[in-house]
Amino acid sequence: MDSTILLFLLQDGVTNGAVYALLGFALVLVFTVTRVIFIPQGEFVAFGGLTYAALRAGKIPSTVPLLMILAGVALLAGLWARRRTWSNAAAAKDVALTLAMPVLVWLITRALGSASRPAAVDVLLTIAIVAPMGPYLYRFAFEPLAEASVLTLFIAAVAVHLGMTAMGLAFFGAEGLRAPPLIDGGITVGPLLVTGQSIAVYVTVLVLIIALWLLFGYTLPGKALRATAINRAGANLVGISTAMAGRVAYGLAAIIGAISGILIVPTTTLYYDSGFLVGMKGFVAAIVGGLASYPLTGLAAIAIGTAEAFSAFHASAYKEVIVFALVMPVLLLRSLGAGQSHDEEE
Amino acid sequence: MLPRPLALALLAVLAVVPMLGVFPPFWVTLADNIGLAALIAMGLVLLTGVGGMTSFGQAAFVGFGGYTTAYLTTVAGWSPWLSLPASMLVTGLAALILGLLTVRLAGHYLPLGTLAWGISLYYLFGRIDLLGRHDGISGIPAPTVFGHSLIEPRAMYPVIWGMVALAALATVNLLNSRTGRAIRALRGHAEMARSFGVDKARTKLLVFVYAALLAGVSGWLYAHLQRAVNPTPFGIIPGMEYLFMAVIGGAGQVGGAILGATVVIVLKDILQRVTPAIFGADLQFEAVVFGAVILATLQFARNGLWPRLAELFLAPPSPWTPTAAEPLPTRPPAPDAGGPLLVLDDVTKRFGGLTAVNTVSFSVGRGEIVALIGPNGAGKSTTFDLITGVQTLTSGSVAFDGVPFVDATPNAVAARGIGRTFQHTKLVADMSVLENVAIGAHQRGTSNAVSSILRLDRAEEARLLWEAQRQIERTGLAQYAATQAGALALGQQRIAEIARALALDPRLLLLDEPAAGLRHFEKVALAELLRGLKAEGMTVLLVEHDMGFVMGLVDRIVVLDFGSKIAEGRPEDIRTDPAVIEAYLGGVE
Repeated sequence: MDSTILLFLLQDGVTNGAVYALLGFALVLVFTVTRVIFIPQGEFVAFGGLTYAALRAGKIPSTVPLLMILAGVALLAGLWARRRTWSNAAAAKDVALTLAMPVLVWLITRALGSASRPAAVDVLLTIAIVAPMGPYLYRFAFEPLAEASVLTLFIAAVAVHLGMTAMGLAFFGAEGLRAPPLIDGGITVGPLLVTGQSIAVYVTVLVLIIALWLLFGYTLPGKALRATAINRAGANLVGISTAMAGRVAYGLAAIIGAISGILIVPTTTLYYDSGFLVGMKGFVAAIVGGLASYPLTGLAAIAIGTAEAFSAFHASAYKEVIVFALVMPVLLLRSLGAGQSHDEEE
Repeated sequence: MLPRPLALALLAVLAVVPMLGVFPPFWVTLADNIGLAALIAMGLVLLTGVGGMTSFGQAAFVGFGGYTTAYLTTVAGWSPWLSLPASMLVTGLAALILGLLTVRLAGHYLPLGTLAWGISLYYLFGRIDLLGRHDGISGIPAPTVFGHSLIEPRAMYPVIWGMVALAALATVNLLNSRTGRAIRALRGHAEMARSFGVDKARTKLLVFVYAALLAGVSGWLYAHLQRAVNPTPFGIIPGMEYLFMAVIGGAGQVGGAILGATVVIVLKDILQRVTPAIFGADLQFEAVVFGAVILATLQFARNGLWPRLAELFLAPPSPWTPTAAEPLPTRPPAPDAGGPLLVLDDVTKRFGGLTAVNTVSFSVGRGEIVALIGPNGAGKSTTFDLITGVQTLTSGSVAFDGVPFVDATPNAVAARGIGRTFQHTKLVADMSVLENVAIGAHQRGTSNAVSSILRLDRAEEARLLWEAQRQIERTGLAQYAATQAGALALGQQRIAEIARALALDPRLLLLDEPAAGLRHFEKVALAELLRGLKAEGMTVLLVEHDMGFVMGLVDRIVVLDFGSKIAEGRPEDIRTDPAVIEAYLGGVE
């Protein structure tokens, strides 16, 4: 292997790893705030990528009707939860708040039609379509189970994953989609061509990390999320709504997922079910970070991206076998550090 | 309400129906598929529902069973019946290797681990040339019986459901045995089980391999029913579906596995036939409905459908009292080594910079009742953990009967004859008091999983249960022997814990705050029980907060404060000791 290939593989690995890092952050966020091991994170990636590709091609993405359906189910769950303390005014507010976003994006997408527009518009629209899915999912699948054990929540997450993948097939079909690069061309650094696409990925990931850091460090909602992550009961006692914290966490996770999808879809053809494997790799990174540490998760994600790039080069058929087999030693190490307390949870 | 034997007989009659010619072939195939899934779900009942280990990877073990027989019967030309043990052997070995890693994973890392190797193995099956890569292996022969080929799904039906019946019998036998009680204590009470001699890692591994073997048998059946295998049914999505079957059915009971498999497979089949007609052919709506059903089950019937149904239609099992059996062998009386029974010498425990217990020395004489007291944070519980092997000593030594413990573990401490109770009572809530107390006698029995499945353990089992019954009677809980432990009041739970410790045939009884949370008359009864035990020659060390309870009962008191011993002596001396008064009430400035 010469140095050019080495550098190329490294670039490839770091680019992929950066996206895994984002997903890893989202998973850590969701887990610490709501204790859900969020398997469906990958669906946001697939839906984000597919939505962006469809918008670029001037089509109305199938996620728009999907968003309607999810909003409807979330609304029903919300109204069902109100059945004992029913009031028409509160119910009307629920209807208006839940349905506003899907109706709005539907109107905008229709108005834009196939007119040519800058990529940034499509990026924003993609985020607007995918982001509300997070809170909707939380509303009907996880909020009613908020006090259940981690394992029950985990099983619920897997059920949501199955349902979402099937919805993906229903709405997008089995065909894959791909979008044009976010930035054309590239710059040459020594022997290495750094593509505009890679630069777009690095910049986006850096900006997002800084944005998250500002959010958690300097804003009240961010601090409320941190408080909930550290101590649910305590946060509740000082007036932080844990249900609200959960919705914000899922909203952020959906936004991160959508952006990851937009970053991937110019380089890889995405299918309705592509999200799972991408999400799982973010997962592996999150596990290395103990589902708690953001910096460790980021480092691990880069390492996984690089390991994947190299194993793809040397033994491409065994890429997935190798990446997932590497999880076991990490889990074992984590378990040794975790001590006994984990086992005694019923 | 149906009596249970009658319900079983009805089921057996019902099971014959698909063998009749009038039963439509389509439904026979469906019944075959239910049987295949029920086998896997039954493994999950034991692994997840009872043992508390959630696995998404069971489909991979189906793959090991299926591929082994596929390869051996096509390439190597073996008879299918000969390849059945080979399939089980390969599955068992794979489970042993994966299990050694998996059962060591803590908490939610365990299901994540099964997800990881589940995905990894699925891709591996599809990459191996020997196994036909993505196309798999086809042309697998059907098994024959006396020259009669079982090529029809109807002919395979009795084979499949015969295996299900055998597996159900084996699982029920295993659960109602010495090993079964250890398995049932794994979820949430593994540490308690360890202090009665249960080997936690080995018991977990046993359950893991057992569940995998059931999946492997299902894989063998699948290969010969389909007569072709490829990686798809052994992936992570089928693995998730098997887990869902167990959850929907009710992950704690054998009946739940069969019910869950039936519900899921019939539901999927109906959805697959009905939804294309409504929504068009390429809409996989069944998975959406399927996900919704799971969510609804989790939200409205978290314990699954089986317990609900059983409550409606089945008569509760009749309460049962063990009959007199030959008593278990008792601990040989130790040669009187003279000197005290338990000696702590300069015992020290540091957690990082914090010294929780600092050079504490005291002893407990034979036949004495000694109390360890002190304010909150004095180091009482840590001292207790050091004696019972839950924590390891930083320095100093603990000697029992003149022989020091080296690297004490809860298992080793139990083997030496130290029985204990817990500050927060640790009884398995869905087991009867009798079964809970029988866990105490675990290390006095020797039967293993195989002998339990074959019911060769019945003589020993009768002796173990009789011992438990005797200890229950001795502690005055006889009327609650058949009650679920979760239904006992706190005071009764504390007594049941003492009965369990006595079932160990202990030479020293360690009681961790036995009077905490007890009402006055319960404390009086407890003190009476302890005096009685002392009169029989039992040695007792107890940690206690309740001074009134301690004063009238014990021979000597050891007082700890801030990790150090500040006083030791008879109750009446401790009551007037200035250092003790200062520790408890604060000094006079």
